[in-house]
This record gives sequence, C-alpha cells and structure tokens, in this order.
Amino acid sequence: MTGVTEQGGGSRGFAAATRLVAEREMKSFLRAKGFWIGLAVIVVGLFAISILPTALGGGETEVAAVGPEAAAVLTDSGLRVREVDDVAAAEALIRSEEVEAAVVPDTTGKSATGVRVLALSDAPTDVLAALRTAPPVDLLDPAEVGQGQRQLAIMVFSLVFLMFGMSGAAIAQSTVTEKQTRIVEILVATVPVRALLAGKIVGHSLLTIGQVVVIAVAAPIALRLGGHSELLSLIAPALGWFVPFLVLGFVLLAAMWAVAGSLVSRQEDLGSSMGLVMILVMGPYFGVMFFSDNVTVLTVLSFLPFSSAIAMPVRLFAGDAAVWEPLLALGLLAGTVVLTVLLAGRVYSGSLLHTGGKLKLAKAWAREG
Amino acid sequence: MLTVTSVSRSFGDHRVLDEVSFEVRPGRMTGFLGANGSGKTTTMRIVLGVLAAHGGTVAWQGSPVTGAVRQRFGYMPEERGLYPKMGVAEQISWLGRLHGLDRDTARRNTERLLDQLELAHRAEDKLEELSLGNQQRAQVAAALVHDPVMLILDEPFSGLDPIAVETVLGVLRERAAAGVPVLFSSHQLSVVERLCDDVVIISGGRIAVSGARDELRARYGPARFELVVASDAGWVRDVPGVRVVDVDGPRAVFEPDGDAGADQVVLEAALRRGTVRSFTPVVPTLDEIFKEAI
Repeated sequence: MTGVTEQGGGSRGFAAATRLVAEREMKSFLRAKGFWIGLAVIVVGLFAISILPTALGGGETEVAAVGPEAAAVLTDSGLRVREVDDVAAAEALIRSEEVEAAVVPDTTGKSATGVRVLALSDAPTDVLAALRTAPPVDLLDPAEVGQGQRQLAIMVFSLVFLMFGMSGAAIAQSTVTEKQTRIVEILVATVPVRALLAGKIVGHSLLTIGQVVVIAVAAPIALRLGGHSELLSLIAPALGWFVPFLVLGFVLLAAMWAVAGSLVSRQEDLGSSMGLVMILVMGPYFGVMFFSDNVTVLTVLSFLPFSSAIAMPVRLFAGDAAVWEPLLALGLLAGTVVLTVLLAGRVYSGSLLHTGGKLKLAKAWAREG
Repeated sequence: MLTVTSVSRSFGDHRVLDEVSFEVRPGRMTGFLGANGSGKTTTMRIVLGVLAAHGGTVAWQGSPVTGAVRQRFGYMPEERGLYPKMGVAEQISWLGRLHGLDRDTARRNTERLLDQLELAHRAEDKLEELSLGNQQRAQVAAALVHDPVMLILDEPFSGLDPIAVETVLGVLRERAAAGVPVLFSSHQLSVVERLCDDVVIISGGRIAVSGARDELRARYGPARFELVVASDAGWVRDVPGVRVVDVDGPRAVFEPDGDAGADQVVLEAALRRGTVRSFTPVVPTLDEIFKEAI
C-alpha cells in the first residue's frame, strides 16, 4: 500500500504547479465572505449611481399657467404645465406647494414677454431659465462627448483601477501568510519558486477578470435602467479598451504586490513594504484626476505603464487618441509586465525563505540562488 | 539511497557546514543527532533544495538530485506550518497533488493517512481549529501523502504526546519497512536510541560519527558488564584484572582491565559463591556515544 513503485500522476512540470497554486488561491478567495460582500457592494453601488438620481430627482418641475399667453410662453420649456383659471387658483397651488411657480398675464405692462412669474419665497431659477429667451447657438466643431460625461468616465475608470489595484494587496497577504506559517518551506521544497509566484498572479488575475466581467455585464443593465442609454453607447468602445488595459495593469501590480509580501515575515510588517506599491496604484488615480484637463500631461500619462491603464481609455473615450496610440501603450504595458514579472521572480526567490525583519530589495535580489 | 558528499555551506563568514558526508540507506531509519546550531536543519534544507550548497553534492540512487526527484521526497520542516484557514483533508490532498499525485490518488491517500493517524474525525475542520498535537499529526500526513520515495523529518516527535509518538512512529516504521530511507533529526537521544537503525552525529558543522547504531555502540562503549547476585557483590573488587565501576548491594558493574577473558573469571567466581540472578554486557547509550564523539 505504500512505497516507491506506487506513484500516481507522474512528474508534473511548472505549468501544473502554477495551475495548482492558482486553483488554491482562487478557492480560498471564493470561499471568503469578504470577497462576495465586496463584489455585491460594487454591483449595488453601480446600480445606485445610475438609477437613484433619476428616481430621487422627482422628475420635472411643475408650474401653473394662467391665460393663453402664459401657456404659449411655456411651450417647449421642458416644464410640466398645469393650466388654471385665474391668479387666485395659481396662488393657492403655490402656497400648497403643488407647483413651484405660476406664470400669469402681466397687467402692469412692464414685462416684455407679457407675463409675470409668481413664486413662494425664492425666485424659481429653473422656471426663469426656461422662460429666458436666449439667442440660438451654432457649434462649428461639436464635441462628441460632453465635459460632464468625460468627468464621469474618468471617475469610473479611475475608481475601478484603484479598486482592483488595491485588491492585489491580497496577494501580498497570501504570500506573508505562507511565510509566517512556514508552509512556504514545504512549497519551496516541492515546486519551483517561480511557479508559486506565477500561480498567485494567475489566480488573482483570473479572479479580477471574473469581477470585471460581472461589472461589464452589470454596468450596461444599470445604465439602461437609469435611462442613460446614450451614455452607454458612448462608453462601450472605450470599455472595450479599458478591459485589456485593466487586466495587464493588474498583472503588473500583482507581481509587485507579491514581492511586497515576500520581503517581510509577519502580517504586522506588511505595511512597511506595501508603501511603494500603494503609490503605484494611487499615483495613476490622482494623476489622471488632477490632470484630466491638461492635454499634454494626460497624453504622457496615457503611455506610461500603470497610469496608461486609466489615461488611455479616458482619451479614447473623449475621442482624443489615434488608432495606433492605444496599441503602442498596450505594447509598452505588456513589455513592462514581462520585465517586472521576471525581476519579481528573482526577488521573490531571494526573499521567500528569509525570516526576521524586513528585507531590503537589493539584498533580496542578491540572495537568489 | 541518499548520498550526501562533502557538502559545505556558509552564512556570511560563518561556516555552518564543513564537508558533510553521510548516507541514508533504504529501509532504514537514520537518526540525525546534534546540538542546537550544529547544522542539522541546514543540512536537511540543502538536501531538499530549499537552500543551496556552497560545495559538495547530494545524490539520489547515484545521480544528482533534480527538482523532479525532490518533488517525490517527503519533508516535515522543523518549523511546522500548513494553511491555518484551509480544511485538513483538503490541504493534505492539495499538497499531494502539488507533489505530483492525480486528484483521486491524492484523495485516497489522504483518507487512508488521516485514518492511520487517528485524525479522520477532524478531516473537514480547518487546521487552526485543531489542537497543537493534532496539527502535528496533520503535518506528518502532509509529509507522507504522496507516498514519498525518501522521508526527511526535522524533529518529528517534538511536541507530540507519548500516544501520538507511538502513532506517528508506527506510520514511519511502515514506510521504512516498505524500503523508504527515513532521515529524522532529534535532540531527544532516548527517542532516537529506540527508533533508529543508523545514526549520524553532527557537531559544529562536521560529521562526528556515522554508522549503524549497534556497531557504534560496540565501537564506542567500553566493554562493561553488570552482575547481579543473591547476596552482597562487594567481593568483585578483589578479583584481579577487573576494574569495578559501581557496587550497590547485590549489583556490581565492572570493566575487564585489558584481558578480554576477565568477565568469565568473575562469572565463574560468582557461580561458585552462590546464585547468579543476572549477568549482562552493558551497552553504552547514545548519550554516552554522543558525549564521547563530539
């Protein structure tokens, strides 16, 4: 029943070890309540942002109109008009706050439009705006995307990047747990260290892609329910670019999170080694938020790895980038990913079995082999 | 067979292993003895490829140990550790797969081992919910799940209660009987004394002694005899050619002084005087060999 000859399976290579490590990482995450709560919060938040403003806004402003002149003025104003018989009836509606204001015939002859506006305590700005007769405007080069929509896209892309970038901290946690419990010694004696690193990156990247897919499915539904179909058709092409950028950006950060975890021996020390990676996650977030109006900076950010994951999709969304630009940025990002993973592999090998205080990066590099 | 040849290792300027050579033979339990800091763990880590040697070789069946071979070794590190939040059976079977087993074999082996180690009733619990002794048993299962071709255990009995020691020992003996070389370190000499077939004693990074336990006893222990008679044994002091080590009432321990036949002279004299309850050669304990060797 035991012995040398009965060995099931046979020798497995690097790929099999990577797959097993990835499988374990994913399983332990999918089993954690926190993971599902986090995802639920995101999806619920998404629906809340798209639907609540429409639902809570109370719809259109309602005004009362007395006489045919008032009704004529209010046509095409975007306000809901309630025609009443006389000024007294209009006043009653205002006092009972059933309407925000009333438009009544001008009896003094001072009004150019021939009507006056009655309101309770404040001048009703939206009614006045609707009544103001502005000259028509002709745009020579109309922007495809409004400023507000662009800001919204920047915020959504940045937040999603920040969220997933930070979720990579779980890789650092998992690495430290293995070091702290010393199971790492069994793992290292069994499979190549680089397979451990690769398995962690693959496992967490797959988890991230899964969440991105959930969000990518939920977002259009939420936008449609919230009545933002036109925004959806605008955002869809940029979203197509955002996904590969986000995934590659995550892999890049994942390798760095793993190294951050390998440099310390205890959970308590994790904070000291995570600082740099945090900066690399927060930096692009704040960079794009602050410089969203500066074309030059945003262009530079859209090619730099890390920030390109947000900045390039934003430029694509606004229609500011040529076709070759996202391809080049993606290529740069992919190159950086390969290089970083290779470097991380060496540092990881050098630091994984180190115990005691925090290990310096350079020392971990030198310790390998 | 595992052959360690002239392995050296330094940490900075400190040479912790100096030309360490020994072998672990198939089907035998080899005890690896040494004081704290003598190099036991470092040696084991080098054998497992966790640490690189700065010289020398580690060979399995005559060829240098490769990653594929090591994957089939079983290892129980001195500092224990498994995933605290993972189920016992789940992680042991996962480790089996990591060692190259297919899913079904891993599951079957896990069940069998947990049964043998009397841990089957905790199979579904998380590791952190187990008592320390039971975590230790799980650790043993983790080292054995893939039917290793070679077993390396660093202090396998520390932290185990006497019943658990017997259980674990039974499992290890079974592996050794099946032809697996077993190397285990310990600082509890009495445990090693009882368990091992071969002994390797390391001191200050050098191998002080190695060989079969019984041979070492014969080689190191001075020939001593214990005689127990019915009455007082004080007369042994007067027998020529004998050096008395200890006399306590009817019991006397003595060493033949040079002449090998002196023990028989004492026995004949005792028989002439009356009843002899016992007459036995005294085998030196490992403790004595250990003290003498280092």
